[in-house]
Amino acid sequence: MTDPWYLVSAVAISAAITWTLRAAPFLVVGQLRRAALVRELSEQLPLGIMIILVMYSVGGLGISSLSEGAVTAASLCVTVALQLWRRNAALSILAGTAVQVTLLSSLG
Amino acid sequence: MPPEPPATAPLTLPTGVPLAAETTGSPFRDAVVDARGAGLAMLPIGLAFGVLVTQSGLDWWWATVFASVVYAGSLEFLLVGLVAVAAPLSQIAVTALLVNSRHVFYALSFPLHEVRGTPARVYSTFALTDEAYAITAGAAPRRLGTARIIWIQVILHVLWVAGATAGALAGAALPVQLPGVGFALTALFTVLSIEAFRARHDIPTPVLAIVCGAVAMLLTPDNMLLVGTSLFAAATIARLLLRRRRGGSSS
Repeated sequence: MTDPWYLVSAVAISAAITWTLRAAPFLVVGQLRRAALVRELSEQLPLGIMIILVMYSVGGLGISSLSEGAVTAASLCVTVALQLWRRNAALSILAGTAVQVTLLSSLG
Repeated sequence: MPPEPPATAPLTLPTGVPLAAETTGSPFRDAVVDARGAGLAMLPIGLAFGVLVTQSGLDWWWATVFASVVYAGSLEFLLVGLVAVAAPLSQIAVTALLVNSRHVFYALSFPLHEVRGTPARVYSTFALTDEAYAITAGAAPRRLGTARIIWIQVILHVLWVAGATAGALAGAALPVQLPGVGFALTALFTVLSIEAFRARHDIPTPVLAIVCGAVAMLLTPDNMLLVGTSLFAAATIARLLLRRRRGGSSS
């Protein structure tokens, strides 16, 4: 069983950093709004970070074998296609995850 | 009937969502209309997160703790994976910093200046999620007021915690392991990428990100997230500076 103090520390650290990142910028928001570079960064960074997060999280899915990799690729295609077609985030996520779980379970 | 924001729009990061033009006179009822689409879109993700928590061997109530205290969806998913392998706390801190660094930019357009009172302002910054930002940032120049903003955030928070808790209880009750539930996180990032791309149709940014991610994956698979995002941020800054020098003061 995981050490509860380790878990409490993990939650406390995550919460503290997240809140700091959300709250601290308001202290300097006046300067931030004036800096053109910061404004341009705020428009370009989110997309790139999201794409790197997709790659990172795919790496954590267990794509060790060819069949697992194929299942993940198929689920990704379902999610992308649904999002492009219907633009319903809940549907795309639910359907992609359902395909992943169903196919992985059938692989045994 | 006031127009309802589309269910997916709150997930688009850089743009705001048009809010209902009419108000009912009750900040709570207005907030329900504002938050409905995003809140319902978050439910299946919360459920998947809860299932992941109990299937990783944690007690179900850790889902409730993660969801209410950390309250940053993508980080919570990553956190389950990290604590499952007993990752060092330093690695958890770096991951939190990287994954949530995008929130730094939310201060540029979130209407915190409309929220009065220290407790309300503390909660409002704590609960400044992607969804809360997306719903409120598009409201200017109209004013929402303290009560409506806080109610929007409370409704989103409650729905997220409820979904995570329900998923955790369901996951604990399931007689079998469900492999692949963690894909919900990949799907979430994929949807966010597509919507962020739709907002700007900027081709060099995704290409640069994929190259940086691939280079980091080859060089240091264990630190892929840190190295990949740092490379990408540095490359983007260099690109912006270069463009400015070449194009003068146009941007």
